[in-house]
Amino acid sequence: MLSKSQARTFFLGGTLVTFLAFIGLTVYSFQPKNDQTNIKKLDAKAIKGKAIWEANNCMGCHTLMGEGGYYAPELTKVIERRGEGYVKAVLQSPIPWGPKGRKMVKYEMNDEDTEAMIAFLKWVGEIDLNGFDRVVSPLAKD
Amino acid sequence: MKYKSQKVAYWFFALCMLLLVLQLTYGFIMGFARIGMDGLHEFIPFNTARAVHTNLLVVWLLAGFMGAAYYIIPEEAQRELVSVKLAYVQLISLAVVGVIAVVGYHFNHWEGRKFLEIPRELDYLVVVNVLLFLGLILATLFTGKRRTTTALVLTMGLLFAALLYLPGMIWFDSQVTDSFFRWWVVHLWVEGVWELIMGGILAYLLIKLTGVDREVIEKWLYVIVGLTFLSGILGTGHHYYYIGVNKIWLIVGGIFSALEPLAFLAMALFAMYMYRKGEKSHPNKIALFWTIGSSIVSFIGAGLLGFAHTLPQTNIYTHGTLVTAMHGHYAFWGAYAMIVLAIISYAIPNMTGRKRYNNSAGHLAFWLSNIGMLGMTVAFGVAGVAQVYLERKMKLDFMDVQNEISIHFVVLILCATMFTSGILMYIVEFLKYGKPTDEALEA
Ligand code: HEM
Ligand code: HEM
Ligand SMILES: [Fe+2]
Repeated sequence: MLSKSQARTFFLGGTLVTFLAFIGLTVYSFQPKNDQTNIKKLDAKAIKGKAIWEANNCMGCHTLMGEGGYYAPELTKVIERRGEGYVKAVLQSPIPWGPKGRKMVKYEMNDEDTEAMIAFLKWVGEIDLNGFDRVVSPLAKD
Repeated sequence: MKYKSQKVAYWFFALCMLLLVLQLTYGFIMGFARIGMDGLHEFIPFNTARAVHTNLLVVWLLAGFMGAAYYIIPEEAQRELVSVKLAYVQLISLAVVGVIAVVGYHFNHWEGRKFLEIPRELDYLVVVNVLLFLGLILATLFTGKRRTTTALVLTMGLLFAALLYLPGMIWFDSQVTDSFFRWWVVHLWVEGVWELIMGGILAYLLIKLTGVDREVIEKWLYVIVGLTFLSGILGTGHHYYYIGVNKIWLIVGGIFSALEPLAFLAMALFAMYMYRKGEKSHPNKIALFWTIGSSIVSFIGAGLLGFAHTLPQTNIYTHGTLVTAMHGHYAFWGAYAMIVLAIISYAIPNMTGRKRYNNSAGHLAFWLSNIGMLGMTVAFGVAGVAQVYLERKMKLDFMDVQNEISIHFVVLILCATMFTSGILMYIVEFLKYGKPTDEALEA
């Protein structure tokens, strides 16, 4: 029968091996040749967009790349689907946006912030998502 | 109760009860918003309600784990806590940080990073708070008369949980890198180090409740936490399939996360086997129900319902839908909420000297909350599966689908009402009969 010290060895050994493999794979994932995000195209404007995305907790209602709340539509390919003009109207709307009943927070964003937000969403829209966008992207198309 | 300082745990448990009630209140706000009753939108929009709901969940569970540690460690180490005063300082500062964060969420003051919405300046206070907590626990453990495996595993879980909070505090320009490291906190907590905490509390409760030999229980505890890390660390990959990181994770995450249920299965078998094997049976039946219940429900909620969407082929359809919310509720409930309620049910009669071990209110609280939560899980699940089909197979518009499935949220609210009545009964019991007395000290 298994002894307590063998059980401990199993715990410590298994942890060490998988932990090292995890670190190795992390390093591998972030090597430039394995990048799937067009990281070079990530400019100051898109980064500002990310800051605005976070400051308003947009993720509290929407998903982006499948992550976030389930209350409002997926936004990964929203620029491709709706176009910039539509997204701008949503962000700058003086009343809570909600054509189908469910309300969004009214942000009344200025032009500069809106453009940053659009740049961010555009950058996200071009990421290689291993096929997820093929399942999700058409779903909110009119 | 053997040591006077164990009483500190009571106030941590009281904080749990308070935050739990608030968490559920915000759950109802979201539930009603989903059936069109969003009168609070102006003051508490959905994203505020969501951040409050999930953050209060995490804080009350952490308060419960801390309370559990303050109760368990003195007994395991066979000495009083090194400082009761500092433990109270730690409790109050935890509550203060929590309150500031939650109030801030109502004024657009947060970071929109799912589950880690606490703004960075408060993160530093969290770190100080947790360091104080760990200092007290480690000092007690290492100056004590003995260091048991149970105490070590529990402490290791708490220590790693603190360390893993740090990667969540770094700023990244890329949304993808940001998510990548956010999962080091969120996933490696619930499917890694928190399982050590759960395993430690479970082992302690089984030793006390079944009377099975400590050596046997602790041997299997090592096996369980071994399985946890073996599968859970690389299992992080199941969050990396579709967020813009390399394809390698489809294979690694798929294989290892599919193994994760083994740890939960082992935990359920372990608890049931020890219960059967146990010769002495402790009179505290309510604590026993919560303990065995936690091991079983966590296997269903985390193990089976997690497995249901963890393979990349399924996850591509369910990723980011209400299917995830179904699993999230039953997993958190079974594994962590129930184990905290178990240790509270065990500790309170020992701290008060009142032998409320088998009363009908306690049993009713257990069954109402569990049946209610099962119903909520089914409601989320049906809504989620319908969403996946309509939205991702039939390609209908998001909001059209949402309107189609809103009926399931009526069911959700009904089941949540049943769940909440169970929880309120638990809390009434706690408030009425939970106050510790020094007479309860064992000679
Ligand atoms: C007690 C343990 C667990 C808890 C508390 C838990 C909780 C959660 C929560 C809250 C989420 C939502 C995360 C988000 O999208 O932001 C989630 C996602 C997920 N969980 Fe778990 N989980 C546990 C165990 C497991 C296990 C053992 C498995 C696999 C066998 C699993 C598989 C998944 C998968 C695949 C997702 C991603 C869903 C998606 O793509 O949207 N979970 N879990
Ligand atoms: C009164 C009872 C409750 C109600 C009505 C409720 C309702 C909800 C709703 C509507 C959401 C948001 C889903 C979305 O983004 O659209 C949510 C999220 C969540 N709730 Fe609850 N909840 C309740 C109790 C609980 C309890 C007891 C727990 C834990 C044990 C819990 C854990 C969670 C988690 C982890 C999430 C995030 C799920 C995810 O993102 O996948 N909730 N809840
Ligand atoms: Fe996970």
